[in-house]
Amino acid sequence: MDATLAVDCFAELVGADYVRPACPSDAIDGVVPTCVVEPSGVEEVSEVLRAASERGLKVAPRGGGTQLTLGGPPESLDIVLSLARLDRLLDHAAGDLVAHVEAGMPMGRLAALLADAGQQLALDGGGTVGGVIAANTSGPRRLRNGMTRDLLIGITVVLADGTITKAGGRVVKNVAGYDLCKLYTGSLGTLGVIVEAVFRLHPLLEATRTVRIETTNPSKAGEVVQAILHSSLVLSSLELEAATSRDDSTLVAIFEGVEAGVEAQAATLVQLVGAHGRAEIVTEIADSAVEPERPVAPTTIKVSVGPAALPAVLRTAREATSLVGLDARVHGHAASGVTYVELPEADARAHADVVAALRRRLGSMGGSVVVVRAPLAVKQIADVWGEVGDALLLMRRVKARFDPARTLNPGRFVGGI
Amino acid sequence: MSTATQHGVVDQKDSSLKLKRIAAEMRTVLDVRGVVTEHEQLRTYECDGLTGYRVVPGLVVLPETTEQVQAVVRACWREGVPFVARGSGTGLSGGALPVAEGVLIVLTRMRRILEVDLPNQRVIVEPGVINLWVTQKVVPDGYYYAPDPSSQLVCSIGGNVAENSGGAHCLKYGFTTNHVLGLEVVLPDGEIVNLGGKALDTPGYDLVGAFVGSEGTLGIATKITLRIVRKPETVQTLLAAFDSMDEAGGVVSDVIAGGIVPAAVEMMDHLSIQAAEAAVHAGYPLDAGGLLIVELDGPAAEVERQFEFVERACKQHNASMIRIAANDEERVLMWKGRKSAFAAVGRISPDYYVQDGVIPRTALPQVLREIADLGAKSGIRVANVFHAGDGNLHPLVLYDGDVEGEAERAEHVAGEILSVCLRHGGSITGEHGVGEDKKKYMPRMFTTEDLDTMQLLRCAFDPLRLSNPGKVFPTPRLCGEVPGHHRTHPLERAGLAEIF
Repeated sequence: MDATLAVDCFAELVGADYVRPACPSDAIDGVVPTCVVEPSGVEEVSEVLRAASERGLKVAPRGGGTQLTLGGPPESLDIVLSLARLDRLLDHAAGDLVAHVEAGMPMGRLAALLADAGQQLALDGGGTVGGVIAANTSGPRRLRNGMTRDLLIGITVVLADGTITKAGGRVVKNVAGYDLCKLYTGSLGTLGVIVEAVFRLHPLLEATRTVRIETTNPSKAGEVVQAILHSSLVLSSLELEAATSRDDSTLVAIFEGVEAGVEAQAATLVQLVGAHGRAEIVTEIADSAVEPERPVAPTTIKVSVGPAALPAVLRTAREATSLVGLDARVHGHAASGVTYVELPEADARAHADVVAALRRRLGSMGGSVVVVRAPLAVKQIADVWGEVGDALLLMRRVKARFDPARTLNPGRFVGGI
Repeated sequence: MSTATQHGVVDQKDSSLKLKRIAAEMRTVLDVRGVVTEHEQLRTYECDGLTGYRVVPGLVVLPETTEQVQAVVRACWREGVPFVARGSGTGLSGGALPVAEGVLIVLTRMRRILEVDLPNQRVIVEPGVINLWVTQKVVPDGYYYAPDPSSQLVCSIGGNVAENSGGAHCLKYGFTTNHVLGLEVVLPDGEIVNLGGKALDTPGYDLVGAFVGSEGTLGIATKITLRIVRKPETVQTLLAAFDSMDEAGGVVSDVIAGGIVPAAVEMMDHLSIQAAEAAVHAGYPLDAGGLLIVELDGPAAEVERQFEFVERACKQHNASMIRIAANDEERVLMWKGRKSAFAAVGRISPDYYVQDGVIPRTALPQVLREIADLGAKSGIRVANVFHAGDGNLHPLVLYDGDVEGEAERAEHVAGEILSVCLRHGGSITGEHGVGEDKKKYMPRMFTTEDLDTMQLLRCAFDPLRLSNPGKVFPTPRLCGEVPGHHRTHPLERAGLAEIF
């Protein structure tokens, strides 16, 4: 569609101030849309989607734009649908520990609003609420609090044809109807546009303690993680920091709770580590141990396996990178089995070779290797999602039912969905 | 209960022929115990834990392997015959109610624990494995399986997956859906798919999350990968009695406002205390107007501090009695009264109906008053037992089926209770499922568009709607039908665009 025509068409729906021709920075993997549309609310999102699908236009929903590197290059793209104006906290039922928010609400602003009542949405993640759900981002504290799927209790989604639909509810415990909250979580906007969410909240905790543990090699790091997992310690997070150029690695454990509790737990952990490594209670911690995941390296690969496979992941990452002569930062959520391998600048073929080598060696362990960020040249060689197994056909059938015309984010999800 | 057809006689003959063909085929696949066709034996399976609904299944098969499940499902698909999966049959919403012209697939012979993987904290089981067996298997190593429905001595993991079962401890630890990481599923067309796995963050749609709680309408889970959790360092349990439910509820509000997430908070009213005490002699004070069980678990130093807070709150709300479990035995006894409360009301009423509504926790005092009004107006007694931390009410509606009109009045009260829950922003079911029983209430909670969207998922899994048909949804569309809002894409219409 011609840009002027498109702008005029959507200006009628959302007002001329909220439609603009796209610029190169709106591109997703090099595909530049025609225009950017910013509806003011759920009804306008519905109208925009209906108009777009009637015209056969392809739509990419966008929140904070922090996760646009995730997924394959779109097959085509006409409209970026920005949720920036859907940014209200609709209800905070503090006594019920529940918050109802619009999808474009920035996570940071939400955190500040909830903190006034001594509460938090216990998900790490920058960007917006809708983006965290759609991209299923997570961070260090997933160990204790779980992820979006564990805290999202209600959702409003606009389907590609403009239908406004809800699932779940406003109460934590609820098994009425299909749990579509989980289906939409991590679906990268390919089934519908998330416009509102209801979350379970947690109290903010009063005290924290941090223990830093230095280990000399991957086996020792694995031993420490196993010792922690099999203890009755309750950690908020356990983050790994390592590099493929070195044997040693650092683990940072964070405890949150009441003062006496975290003090006792930190001391117990120091003892528990014993001969496996060198542990000390510290007051200053690296940002990487508390910051949400936000890929920054040119190519970032996410490896997910059982937590017992940590040493294997560290060794494999070293082998895979040394094959192409690269040094990579390796970090992640050690107790959850989630590790990120960050590759420095190099040619696309080298990056793709590392991905292939990781998949070859870790594939048999039942895990996954996903490229969460990479230059287009790498994405053109390596399938960013990798094998999805025998469930792919079923996933295609789900997509075909929810978005038969493939209006939403075509080509970006697993198997080219 | 049979599916209505316009040509009843012809169709009945046709379906009985189909069932005969399936039975004959299954006899070549299964041993002699695995195929049940005698009417008297079929009657054993006519209902689940909700005994008010009864349908004798056309055929019962008891497979022992995934391949056998696949064989019977394939045969059903080929013949266009509906099937219903059943575990231990303890469900309370009629989710495993058979279909008269269909096959009941009973999974109680698939009860092997296939793998215990302690380093990764996973256990892989077959669907017929009893909930408590998982904990028993790993407890020597310091682990347990967290979801603990009251029926955990007998209910199956497959049934837990279908219903997304909860339990007293889900306030802190979550429901079945938070503990299932992988599934092997036989789809309604007989294909086997593997969803999720031992590792977290599997790429693609979270079909494990969509399947758990789908009440048997998306296929049959034949292998289930569970997360097990480490036993806490300390568990502290407190029983407190109050003159009124308002006082007991006040304690819960204070505890939550104090930033504490207890492992469990249970409340019982006067009538259910009477019933529980008559049945199991747990030592509950008979004159109390409200009873509270609060359990905290976790690191010792933390639990100690928080437990003091809870005790103080109980005193501030004029607890007439506070008892603290000194050991596991005393804890088990405190729980015994609560866990047997449903059955116990049988002591004080010939018949009863268990409701499963959910409300925002803060609406509790108001909702209890409204329930009491409903009872008073209708002359139907209602005993209240609930998971107070997450607002999941289990009102027990008491009646005598032999007194004319009382069953109808009880059903009316039970329905009205759900309306009260919905008016306060709650749900019609917190853990028992919709099943056969509550499907008529679904349109009160969801719009047509919401229900149609759920059907999109159903149609992706089960386009012929053979898997547990007639449950959960009041009047589902056929999968071929196009919902009102959908417009065919012009390119699609012109045959220019490829739709996969």
